[in-house]
Amino acid sequence: MSIPILTLLIFFPVLGGLILLGISKENVKNVKVMALIVSLLEFVFTLPLCFTFDKTTHHMQFVERHSWIRLFNIEYYLGLDGISVLFVLLSALITILCILVSWNSIQTKVKEFFVSLLLLEGAMIGVFCSLDFFLFYIFWEAMLIPMFLLIGVWGGPKRIYAATKFFLYTLVGSLLMLVGIITLYLKGGNTFDILALAGQSYPLNLQLILFWGFFAAFAVKVPMWPVHTWLPDAHTEAPAAGSVVLAAILIKMGAYGFLRFSMPILPDATNSMMMPMLVLSLIGIVYGGIICLAQTDLKRLIAYSSVSHMGFVTLGIFALNTQSVEGGILQMINHGVVTGALFLGIGMVYERTHTREIKDYGGLASRMPVLASFFLLFTLASVGLPGTNGFIGEFLILLGSFMTRPWVALIAASGLIIGAWYMLWLYQRIFFNPVNSRWDGIRRLDTREIITFLPMVILIFWIGLFPNTMLSFMHVSVAHLLEQVTGNPTGVASGVHLGAAHAVDADSHGAQHGHKLSR
Amino acid sequence: MPTYLLLIPFLPLFSFAFTFFIGKGLGVRSHWLPIVAVLASLGCSIYAFFQVRNGHHVNMDLYTWISSGTMTVSVGFLLDELTSVMLIVVTSISSLVHIYSVGYMKGEEGYYRFFSYLSLFTFSMLMLVLGNNFLQLFFGWEAVGLSSYLLIGFYYEKSSAADAGKKAFIVNRIGDFGFILGLFLIYASFGTLHYEPIFAHVDQIAKQTFTLLGITLNLPTAIALLLFCGAMGKSAQLPLHVWLPDAMEGPTPVSALIHAATMVTAGVFLVARCNPIFELSMTALNVITIVGSITCLFAATIALTQTDIKRVVAYSTISQLAYMFIACGVGAYSAGVFHLFTHAYFKALLFLGCGSIILAMHHEQDVKHMGGLKKYMPVTYWTFLLASLSISGVPGFAGFFSKDEILAMAFVSPVGAGKFAWFIGTLVAGITAFYSFRLFFLIFHGEFRGTQKQKDHLHESPKVVTIPLMLLAVGAVCAGWFGIPTVLGGQANWGHFLEPVLCHPHIHPSHETEMILMIISVAAGAFGILLAWKMYLKSPALPQRIRDRYPLLYRLSLNKYYVDEVYGASIINPMLSFSRHVILNFFDIALIENIVNGIPRIIGRVSGTMRKVQDGLVSHYLAYMGGGVVFILLLMYARS
Repeated sequence: MSIPILTLLIFFPVLGGLILLGISKENVKNVKVMALIVSLLEFVFTLPLCFTFDKTTHHMQFVERHSWIRLFNIEYYLGLDGISVLFVLLSALITILCILVSWNSIQTKVKEFFVSLLLLEGAMIGVFCSLDFFLFYIFWEAMLIPMFLLIGVWGGPKRIYAATKFFLYTLVGSLLMLVGIITLYLKGGNTFDILALAGQSYPLNLQLILFWGFFAAFAVKVPMWPVHTWLPDAHTEAPAAGSVVLAAILIKMGAYGFLRFSMPILPDATNSMMMPMLVLSLIGIVYGGIICLAQTDLKRLIAYSSVSHMGFVTLGIFALNTQSVEGGILQMINHGVVTGALFLGIGMVYERTHTREIKDYGGLASRMPVLASFFLLFTLASVGLPGTNGFIGEFLILLGSFMTRPWVALIAASGLIIGAWYMLWLYQRIFFNPVNSRWDGIRRLDTREIITFLPMVILIFWIGLFPNTMLSFMHVSVAHLLEQVTGNPTGVASGVHLGAAHAVDADSHGAQHGHKLSR
Repeated sequence: MPTYLLLIPFLPLFSFAFTFFIGKGLGVRSHWLPIVAVLASLGCSIYAFFQVRNGHHVNMDLYTWISSGTMTVSVGFLLDELTSVMLIVVTSISSLVHIYSVGYMKGEEGYYRFFSYLSLFTFSMLMLVLGNNFLQLFFGWEAVGLSSYLLIGFYYEKSSAADAGKKAFIVNRIGDFGFILGLFLIYASFGTLHYEPIFAHVDQIAKQTFTLLGITLNLPTAIALLLFCGAMGKSAQLPLHVWLPDAMEGPTPVSALIHAATMVTAGVFLVARCNPIFELSMTALNVITIVGSITCLFAATIALTQTDIKRVVAYSTISQLAYMFIACGVGAYSAGVFHLFTHAYFKALLFLGCGSIILAMHHEQDVKHMGGLKKYMPVTYWTFLLASLSISGVPGFAGFFSKDEILAMAFVSPVGAGKFAWFIGTLVAGITAFYSFRLFFLIFHGEFRGTQKQKDHLHESPKVVTIPLMLLAVGAVCAGWFGIPTVLGGQANWGHFLEPVLCHPHIHPSHETEMILMIISVAAGAFGILLAWKMYLKSPALPQRIRDRYPLLYRLSLNKYYVDEVYGASIINPMLSFSRHVILNFFDIALIENIVNGIPRIIGRVSGTMRKVQDGLVSHYLAYMGGGVVFILLLMYARS
């Protein structure tokens, strides 16, 4: 490939942001239009990835590799495989929607807002493309700054607290990861090349230390229980676009980190830590679900539901078999789409009502019927109704984890009941029940807002009905990953204990005598 | 894939999408497309039925739905005897309900929405019965749940309606929890979710066991019981029955279509479809029989005292569904499906009859305010009477044939609980006749007990309502004639037709036994009717006297055995306060947040203390330095 497409994808939004800086501050309209054009072009640029991607190989594609800092063997090394490629597309799409949803709701420092958003986009895509650990770390930290600004400048009343908490939480995790990266560099032959690092074997003790070092960074990002408490605050205080990008992309970075680094580089540690990871995921699923029942704040509820849903993702990833890992990756996309869409919807509602208290709502379905329909679809996708994308992800994760450890699936499946409970309860309290007369004159959705929703609606049904279009990207890469981790392309051996009944079994005998004799 | 088969589900789907998006602008004409679509579906279903009768089965995949590793599931259709019967039931009842709704829903806000949801439901139910694999069944299973949620909550500004819809969805989810684990276990056992390879190799699991958390179960038993969990939710069997009575918040045509004739029978369909698995487990069959028997009696005794006419019919639905499960439990699947078929017609008729009355009474549903409606509503009266006779098992009517086949099969079944089920079933036959005619007499006979204003407005419903009633009455009378037993000179055609799918229990009762059992159950029914006549027409003071005599029993029945209250006090409220006090306040805020915010606080405090060391006084610094030098010297001394 002659065009360095990944470099283009990373730096085009950055460049767009810089150009945006040059536009006069007074000309708010131009700033918005320009930002939208940049994000749309960026999305168009990502499309060739999708069409020219070779699904038959696990090797990195669209590779760019240049020496950068020779002294430490640091390279500018980019590439995509079946695990990362879809997230680049998703990032580009989500950014467009974030710009659309912020069109009217951002009133102060408009230019700076859109610049931050575009810089964030560049950094996010950089994270997914990096194959050099050092480069990865730079992009990883670079994401933090625009996100910190998005929350801290354009957020709600407690924005400084939330932004600081978000920043510190993530930074502490990242620093531990940095220590891990340097250790790997020293032990792994003075290289930051992720693929080369993954090709070596390290003693188990070292692997375990590094595993927990990486865990600190990734688990905070996911967020896994018990390091999740930054998320509700960040979500609640962030502006709509901030919540959307946080839910859709940023927290996926944690799960992506496990897939890209922890698992292939530290396979023995991954295997031996499978159980603790599964247990933490289960706690996240159940804990995050139950806590939603006590929420009185709209955004806080969805934030905690993310803890539960991301528990499914990490459960799938660490259940270590084909279905669970593919389901986990798909669920990362699904959660991005669905929770992103839910935050878009909440953003639109909040723009009109300026309250996040659930009890202030009621009967909105008759006042905003189109929004109610969209929101219902997102709710249903969130609870995993078959036909929507949420079902495919949860089904594959649960099926896979059942094959690995049936009891794990047993506990995780209870999350489906709790999920239906809090989501439908939320929906009822906002859209059903007697109308709150405060919202009599509420503005209906306009065309811009409906267009913002459409890509999400299409993705929900598309992935729900034709998931293979997504899964086919992953098959080979996931098989390769599982082979690296477990030595087997289909993952760990089945943990379903089926045995032959030795004793004379009165049970089936009776039934057979009853009916089968004369059949 | 044959076109007619594709049209059966996809016409209603198209009509849903069209009506949902365009319907609002069509106003009162928005019902046309849904009606035409469902009638065309009915036509195709009848055609499909004759195709099956001529031996043309279909089992084809449309496309690969999910493929991950070795797991592949398709969207595909299976047309066999069982499917063809279900298709007829669903599309015929759905057609009549569509037409009826034109009259019933006239002038309602959201008219187009109602019809689009009906189409969505029809599509979902057809996908459920047509699927050739478990996952597509599950798709339909959840999709009918969604339609049910939307239609129960149709009057969403009423909190009770919104609550009821939510409750239905969540209670069903509890059943689905078991269902989906059953699917996983099936996949773990067979490596596929498609019916054909599973049922072809079902014997390979007969002797296997499954161990989970130290508990070892027979593999077929484990699978069967997990699947039955799903069936209990969808078909409202104890202890998951609580959603169905509340579902009566939905418009009455919905109650007839979804909560009586079709959706709630999906659980029975599931068990019948999976009969090769259930056949391998005597334990599972016994469980089903016992759950069915208890539910049968439980619901019937509640129906005795309810005064909301729709609730009476709702509890009778739970009780009748339980008969179908008894049939499946004793291995008489075709009898179960037979009762599903006849019940669909007489129960839909009862509900639509209730709807007609509710229209006349201006949305009054309490039987205390009715009475003497016979002379105002002749068509409703006569059709309601036929339905009541049918459900009471009066010889010749549809309900008689199917119910008696179930009872006879239960009596001679080798399943341990068979005799018990027969006894309960016969007892409930009497109770059913009693409460059905109690309702009938209270509505149509005696003096009118409502207000004068209500009385002035009493009228027969329009033709668009009464014609579906008359057509259903034909079904309520004749539907049983497809399966007249040999003892009454019939051919038992029903069982023979379904035999290729549903193993036919060839242990038949002897003709004498069958005849005696029949006489007993008919006598029970006749006694019930007579008792109702005595208590509610002849001496109307009698019910009050009984109430006073047994106040505890009366209150238990009237309050539905307080099951909702028990669930509220033992599950829902504890869960909510656990969530608030333990998880949120204790774990999240007091524990984790305190630790997280505590670390910076400690660091701040430590650094505050440390700062005091650097006080800028040279003399202090010199002292520290001196101390340090002494310390190092001591250290060196100690090491040498």
